[in-house]
Amino acid sequence: MKYLALIYAAQGTGPAPKTPEFVKLMGAYQAANETFNEDGVSLAGEALQPVETATSIRIRDGKAELTDGPFAETKEQLGGFYLFDCATLDDAIKYAKMIPTAEYGTIEVRPIMTFN
Amino acid sequence: MIAALVAAIGDFELAEECLQDAVELALKDWSLKGIPRSRRGWLLQVGRRRALDRLRRNANFRQKAAQIAVLEQVEFSQHAESHDIPDHRLRLIFTCCHPALEQKTRVALTLRTLGGLSTQEVARAFLDKTPAMAQRLARARSKISKAGIPFVIPDGDELPARMGSVLSVIYLIFNEGYVATEGDTPIRTDLCDNAIFLARLMVDLSPETPEAAGLLALILLTHARRAARYGVGCYIPLASQDRSLWDQARIKEGQRILETALKQGRAGPYQIQASIAALHCEAKKATETDWQQITQLYRHLVQLEPSAVVRLNHAVAVSYSDGPGKALDLLEGLATELAQYQPYHAARADILCRLMRKTEAVAAFDMAIYLSKLAAEREFLKARRAEIGPS
Repeated sequence: MKYLALIYAAQGTGPAPKTPEFVKLMGAYQAANETFNEDGVSLAGEALQPVETATSIRIRDGKAELTDGPFAETKEQLGGFYLFDCATLDDAIKYAKMIPTAEYGTIEVRPIMTFN
Repeated sequence: MIAALVAAIGDFELAEECLQDAVELALKDWSLKGIPRSRRGWLLQVGRRRALDRLRRNANFRQKAAQIAVLEQVEFSQHAESHDIPDHRLRLIFTCCHPALEQKTRVALTLRTLGGLSTQEVARAFLDKTPAMAQRLARARSKISKAGIPFVIPDGDELPARMGSVLSVIYLIFNEGYVATEGDTPIRTDLCDNAIFLARLMVDLSPETPEAAGLLALILLTHARRAARYGVGCYIPLASQDRSLWDQARIKEGQRILETALKQGRAGPYQIQASIAALHCEAKKATETDWQQITQLYRHLVQLEPSAVVRLNHAVAVSYSDGPGKALDLLEGLATELAQYQPYHAARADILCRLMRKTEAVAAFDMAIYLSKLAAEREFLKARRAEIGPS
C-alpha cells in the first residue's frame, strides 16, 4: 500500500536556519532518508517553500480566482511530505516516526486511494 | 466466528459483509434443507466463498491476488473449524485495540467483534444511541480496511503499550457480563467466559506483564462469587451471600495467579483490585473481612486511578473500616460527578441507614431504584427500602 506522510509544523517551532540545531535537524533528515532508501520504502519525498509562497486557485462560474496564500490559515502548516510504499499501517507509522519534524510538529499519515 | 473469517480473508469490512450474506443464505437454505450438523462450519464456508466471489469480480485483481491465494488455500483445508484457533482472536483483539483508532472505538469494536455484544448492547454500554454506535463501528471497520491496519501480534517494543489498551477492553467486557446493564439476565456468563478466555490468552502471550495476570486474577476472584450473587429474582450483596456457594476452585486459581504476579513487584490497578477481591474471598464470614487492609488498598488505587467510581469504592470501604460518618463526608465530594450513577445512590442509602437517618435513606433508595435498569437489583433495593420502616 502507498501512504502519504504529510509533515506539519507551526511556524517558528523548528530550529532557525544557520543555527547548530538546524544543522542537526538536516543531519537527522539525511539519516532518515538513508534508512528510507535502504529499506526501499520511499517513493518520493520533498520539502516545500514556506506557506507565504503559496497561491490558491478556485474556479467559480468558469472563472479562475487566485488567492495569495494557503488554502487555510492554520497554526500548523504543511512543510513537506514523503510518499511511502509499505505493507501495513504499522510499517508506515514506523517510518513516519523517523521523520525528524515529528519531534516538534505532527506527521499525518494518509493511505493513498486505489481505484478499482 | 467473525474472527475466523477476518483471519481467513484478511479484510475486516469484507468479512463482515460476507458473514451477513452467509447468514441471509442460511435462513433460506436451512428452512428448506434443515439445519446442518456444523452450523458454524457451514456459515464460515459460505462466508469464505462469498469473499472469494467478490474478490474475483474485483477488477483490481493484482492487488487482491494474495488474499485470493489465502482463501483458496483455506478452501482446501478439510475442517473449517480448525481455522478458528485462539491465535486468530488474539490477532483480531490487537487490531480492534490498535492505537490508530480512538480509545472509545477500540472498546466498542472489541465488544462487538470478540465480546459477542450486539450493536445495541455496545451502544448501551456507552450510553450512546444505537445508530450513532453503528456509524462509529462502520467507520472503524472502514479505516482498518482502507488504512491497512494489520492483523498481527505487535512486535516486542510495541507490545507493552498495546497490551494496556487490550487489557482495559477485556475488563470492560467482563464488567458488562458480570453486571449486565439491564434486562432480566443479571449475569451474562457468555461474556464473562469470553473475558476469562481473552485474559488467559494475554497472560500466556506476555507472562512478563504482571497486570495481565492481575486482570485474570481479578476476573476469576470476582466471577467465583457469581452463584451467590442472585437469589430468586433478587440481588444479594456481598455481606449477605452464602459463602459456601463461592467457587473455591476458581478462588484458588485466582489467588495463585495473583501471588505469582505480585512477586514481580510492579503492582498496577488490576493487581490491587485483585488483592481486594482476594481479601473478600478469604473471609469466612462477612464480619471477618479485613476492612483495614481493603481501605489501604483502595487508597493506593485512588492514587493510581483517581476516578469518581474508584473514590466511591474507597468511601464504601471507609464506611466499614472507619465508620459510616466518615464515609458520608467522602460521598458528599462525589455528589455532582455521580448524580446519575445508580451505585452511588445505593451506597449512600446504605450508609444513611446505618447512621439511622431514615428519611434521607428512603430518598436515596428512591433515586437508586429510579436509576436501576436491572430487575433483580430493583427488587433488592425495594426490599431494603421497605426494611427501614417509619421514621
